[in-house]
Amino acid sequence: MLDYVWLIPLFPAIGFVINGFFGRRYSKKVVGWVACSALGLSFLTSILIFFDLIGRPPSERVFEKVIFDWVVSGSFQSVIGYQVDPLSILMALVVSGVSFFIHIYSVGYMHDDPGYPRYFTYLNLFVFMMLNLVLANNFLLMFVGWEGVGLCSYLLIGFWFEKDSAANAGKKAFVVNRVGDFGFILGIFLLFINFGTLDFTDIFGSLQKNPHLLESGTVTAITILLFVGACGKSAQIPLYVWLPDAMEGPTPVSSLIHAATMVTAGVYMIARCNVLYSMAPISMMIVAIVGCATAIYTASIGFCQNDIKKVLAYSTISQLGYMFLGVGVGAFSAGIFHLMTHAFFKGLLFLGAGSVMHALSGELDMRKMGALRKKIPITFWTFFIATLAIAGVPGLSGFFSKDEILWQAFSSSHGHFFLWLVAAVAAGMTAFYMFRALFMTFFGESRVDEHVAHHIHESPKIMTVPLMILAVLSVIGGYVGVPHLLGGANHVHEFLAPVLGGGAEPAKAHAGISLLSQAWASSGESGGHSATLELLMMVVSVIIALIGIGIAYLFYVKNPALPKLLAEKKRGLYQLVLNKYYIDELYEILFINSLKNLGTGLWRGFDEFVIDGTVNGIACLFGWLSSVMRRMQTGLVQNYAFSMIIGGVILVVYYIVRAIFY
Amino acid sequence: MWVVPTIPPALYLMLSGILFTIGVIGALTRRNAIVVFMCIELMLNAVNLTFVTLSHFLQSMDGVLFAFFVIAVAAAEAAVGLAIFVMIYRSRETINLDEINILKW
Repeated sequence: MLDYVWLIPLFPAIGFVINGFFGRRYSKKVVGWVACSALGLSFLTSILIFFDLIGRPPSERVFEKVIFDWVVSGSFQSVIGYQVDPLSILMALVVSGVSFFIHIYSVGYMHDDPGYPRYFTYLNLFVFMMLNLVLANNFLLMFVGWEGVGLCSYLLIGFWFEKDSAANAGKKAFVVNRVGDFGFILGIFLLFINFGTLDFTDIFGSLQKNPHLLESGTVTAITILLFVGACGKSAQIPLYVWLPDAMEGPTPVSSLIHAATMVTAGVYMIARCNVLYSMAPISMMIVAIVGCATAIYTASIGFCQNDIKKVLAYSTISQLGYMFLGVGVGAFSAGIFHLMTHAFFKGLLFLGAGSVMHALSGELDMRKMGALRKKIPITFWTFFIATLAIAGVPGLSGFFSKDEILWQAFSSSHGHFFLWLVAAVAAGMTAFYMFRALFMTFFGESRVDEHVAHHIHESPKIMTVPLMILAVLSVIGGYVGVPHLLGGANHVHEFLAPVLGGGAEPAKAHAGISLLSQAWASSGESGGHSATLELLMMVVSVIIALIGIGIAYLFYVKNPALPKLLAEKKRGLYQLVLNKYYIDELYEILFINSLKNLGTGLWRGFDEFVIDGTVNGIACLFGWLSSVMRRMQTGLVQNYAFSMIIGGVILVVYYIVRAIFY
Repeated sequence: MWVVPTIPPALYLMLSGILFTIGVIGALTRRNAIVVFMCIELMLNAVNLTFVTLSHFLQSMDGVLFAFFVIAVAAAEAAVGLAIFVMIYRSRETINLDEINILKW
């Protein structure tokens, strides 16, 4: 079965081609069927391969399938090849699975949109690229996927391109991502210079055999450059600005691309390069700090947003920060685990928001919602479950993964008490703003506009069924990684061990694992920590989350006047947060305007003055010279004859003089 | 049998030089195109004289050969040149070279 891994990305590619070329001629039904069945088959293949992989002993769970030679140029070689290992198959499962449900949801959500075939074409292309990204067996193919998903993200953010704001948001996302990709590709170049290959197995294998292959400076440079790429794609400080704007796209797109899958590519990439990162403690520290800072910073912005999708967007950035915190402290499997659970509940939250919009004829402002609990019960309950999950309420998926990261942030050898503290506070803040969104949308008094209120209706089955499935996954998704402390087995951690190191039983682990990652195992993840402390930390983080929920309840259900009062009192602070700390404006001044000035300067100074000046100057010079010289051309034959004779005389004189003197 | 007095080659060449110079001066100074043309013929014939002289004194037929070529070219040139003058006269009613200055920018 493993040999058929290429089928996973192939199906969406076929769907893309069919819908791209013929979609407009087919009816909407056919287009929807083609797109969804492509994803369904892809998901099915992923499941089959997953079970095949599970059936093998852990040491045989890494498999490479080379499709064909792609680039053969001198000493450089690259193939189109896919790698099946626990990490990539888990990602493929998440991507194809969540995509599948979101495709089905989209059939209902986008039903009346004139761009229906175009939408599914882009969506299939996106899944194809994303699967390339996660299944690639070398950096170059990964980069193709990386850029491909960026392109699809651009196309889908600007899907309603007739709206200026959507077109601009697409452009912004594209440009900000370019900044990150610049770092990413430089990192790839550095890797190639040092290894002469871009193959994952070759690079990581040779590093594991000989950890001193690279100088620590080089490794740090490579990992930081790669992290810059991850910052762009996964919207971390300072490149997070594009993600909130990306909400201009259709809501299922926000759900799929800008919450569940694409934005997690950076986390996946760092987990994939765990061997490299393990060798660069400075980079790890930077990753952890950036992740932690992003988590709390964007959570605070989430406090004051009134647009339901913007709240979710900032929440996504914040949760991505958690994942980076996880991988940054060396808990790669915890990061990937959170990535997985986050894909479920954040995908669900966005789809729920889409369902709310559907019910309210496209309304996004939470101040114009309220009391929707009874009117759209399925949406409410699924949204409620996802909110509980993201808030870290015990028993749901988000609790397990978030707690794992929090614990690792504290206990791992790369961790620190302050990292834990900040992340725990951010967890409380997450609970607060998520319940704020929930309460504002579904509880309290109805603030819905009169004429909209008549049309409130629950979404059709095709939209609610994916909601329910994702809700189930949001609940049970965490039970594959229950920590040992609570009597679980942490299957995720064990399953990923062949790739990410730190297996529960090192003897069983993949043969290629070096001493290095085993050192990780002992010092980092399963290092001698006291169970009491872990339990205490867990209780504390739960209490913090409950406090967050409590405050939200107090503010938005019990006493809805309170937030306004508080905003009045702390007016300056409220304005600061409401305006997202004026970061967009700051970037506008710092980067956009200075670049514009640079551009204008180069245009006027260099292009117009130097280049045009040189070209026109040369022409002018010759024009002037010829205006002088052409006076010699009188048109009188005798003048010409005279100059000929003068020339002849000079020649004769020259030869005579030469004959005399030499 | 009469005795041809031996005239030294220098004299031939001097004559040729004098003729050539007269031709040059005429060609540069005269206004009438026909006269200029005649002066050019004079220059050509001065050159022919040099060719023939040197051919004789160097005991080589090369010079004579060249003289024939020059004569042939001069004849052709005369035909073309005179035809041009006729045309110029028809259009401009003059063959005064000072008034014919269209050969320029």
